[in-house]
Amino acid sequence: MPSDQAALNRVRWQCRRGMLELDLLLRGFVEAHWTALDSARRDDLERLLREPDNLLLEWFHRGATPLDPRLRGLVEQILAGDV
Amino acid sequence: MKTPARRRFDTLILGAGGAGLRAALQLARAEARVAVVSKVFPTRSHTVAAQGGVNAALGNVSPDNWHWHMYDTVKGGDYLGDQDAIEYMCRAAPKIVYELEHFGVPFSRLDNGRIYQRPFGGMTRDFGGEQAARTCAAADRTGHAILHTLFQQNIRARTHFFDEYFAIDLLRDDEGAVLGALVLEIESGEPLLIEAKTTLIASGGCGQLFRTTTNAHINTGDGMAMVLRAGLPLQDMEFFQFHPTGIAGKGMLITEGARGEGGYLVNREGERFMERYAPHARDLASRDVVSRAIATEIREGRGCGPQKDHVLLKLDHLGSGVVAQRLPGIRDMCRTFLHIDPAETPIPVAPTAHYVMGGIPTNRFGEVVAPEKTGAEDPVPGLYAAGECACVSVHGANRLGGNSLLDILVFGRAAGKRIIEFLSEHRNHRPLDEAAVERALQRLARWDRRGDGESVATLRDELTRLMEEHASVFRTEAVMRDGVDKLRALRARIADVRLRDTSRVFNTARIEALELENLVDISMATLAGALAREESRGAHSRIDFPQRDDARWMKHSLYWRKDDRLEWKPVRTKPLSVDSFPPKERVY
Repeated sequence: MPSDQAALNRVRWQCRRGMLELDLLLRGFVEAHWTALDSARRDDLERLLREPDNLLLEWFHRGATPLDPRLRGLVEQILAGDV
Repeated sequence: MKTPARRRFDTLILGAGGAGLRAALQLARAEARVAVVSKVFPTRSHTVAAQGGVNAALGNVSPDNWHWHMYDTVKGGDYLGDQDAIEYMCRAAPKIVYELEHFGVPFSRLDNGRIYQRPFGGMTRDFGGEQAARTCAAADRTGHAILHTLFQQNIRARTHFFDEYFAIDLLRDDEGAVLGALVLEIESGEPLLIEAKTTLIASGGCGQLFRTTTNAHINTGDGMAMVLRAGLPLQDMEFFQFHPTGIAGKGMLITEGARGEGGYLVNREGERFMERYAPHARDLASRDVVSRAIATEIREGRGCGPQKDHVLLKLDHLGSGVVAQRLPGIRDMCRTFLHIDPAETPIPVAPTAHYVMGGIPTNRFGEVVAPEKTGAEDPVPGLYAAGECACVSVHGANRLGGNSLLDILVFGRAAGKRIIEFLSEHRNHRPLDEAAVERALQRLARWDRRGDGESVATLRDELTRLMEEHASVFRTEAVMRDGVDKLRALRARIADVRLRDTSRVFNTARIEALELENLVDISMATLAGALAREESRGAHSRIDFPQRDDARWMKHSLYWRKDDRLEWKPVRTKPLSVDSFPPKERVY
């Protein structure tokens, strides 16, 4: 398997979360946009996926924003996406 | 297939939610060698989604008593719960909460420093009297706080975690003893044999049976299906709790608050159909009435959208000010997932599956029990279960809010204690049955077959739609018989499914195929029980048998995979130390 397919599968699995709201949002974003993301953005995404579910919930559904500007930009991009 | 690597532990725990981690902590602190296997990183388990709290009769806000809590739980479960287990749970609840406090769970506080307790539906004082404030909460993230605290405590206690490993099958020997499980490392695609003197299944629920569910994607009932494949039964699987208004096709809850603020439901003709089903309460009728009304509209072709598979919840007449002020969470959710503003556009909704009351039959010690040898409830040597995957049964036919976190903690701990006793009497591993290992490996190898065939995604979509249509809230004999026929046909097609990608490394397609097999088996357990039970009780509501029938049906169902066999066993109506609560009409 090409290594980028394995990388995509790995990210897909990291999108499996404890909450449906996060599953749908994160998986939807990965399926729609992964191939178009540059390597820096892919790194940002993997960093975002290492954050705990409650923090992701605050960022995606309760109006809080990450302090890290790159993660903030990514959260905004995900929220603007078609899921 | 080459021989898999082997590891040995005293206890193998499948699942890293609240039940698994509470048991693991009990065991690790007793210096047992514990392995916890989880298909996702442990703090991504579904316990994290439990926002409400934990019921315990602490009496911090209003006078309280474990016996009142017991009464509420027996009544809430529509008299199908086992009263010995319910007494045990309600008596243990305060201790469980104080233990959590000592572990570091940041419970919300009252001004006097005591743990805050909120009122929750179904909780009363003095056996059905005034509302009780019994639910201990850590703001609105109680599940998250408990899960993270238990995980940290387990790291400290040196529990061994196998993160991102998927459990394939239990290993049972000729005498029926469970000796561990074959698991699969997702990253490498390599199988691993974990031998264990004791195995605890704590793998959570199976809401992914249904197209529309509040459950996370991980909730595919893996442990329940493993039990079925091991030749053991599942209990009371016909009891599944639904909420009437989830976002159609996605599942997230739209609270009753939306209808409380003046929202109403319409069908494809724009008709306010609830006026026909509940002329007085209309859109504010009870959850089961609204759920059945929506399901009826959809079944009779009056659903909305190209597939006519939902109805619409209208809030647009309320004005954007009211929606923004009083329903901000709903507005945000609709914007994120539907890209609509509910102040302008109606929300597509359908009943959404939430919680399974049934599961792996256990006693109050967490031992898996089955009519295997002499009695109706013989413990299966070496096998334990706790949490949503188990059926103790404390929730009976219907679970009350705040009792699910309590269940996982009380019986996770109880199983841990029982396992410690077992380990003290069984110092050595039993010899592994190599035929059982081979069977498990064959199941895995089956997904390496190449060639053309059906796709996992197609069958999964058909399955969840079938379950929504034939096993959710609109249950009649004709609907379910049709469902059983269709499900048998679908089950036969599993043999023709092929994976396009048969590589090893991080092959998530293979995991999804294994999950599909699990879901199909559990679906049949659900449909078979629901078809056989000719009464309405708790969450199981039959349109053709609208009354509860204690004379015929106050009993638990047991379903075996082989020949789709069903048997029944009596409800344990005798508590441990108090008088039984005899069945009464369940009115609130």
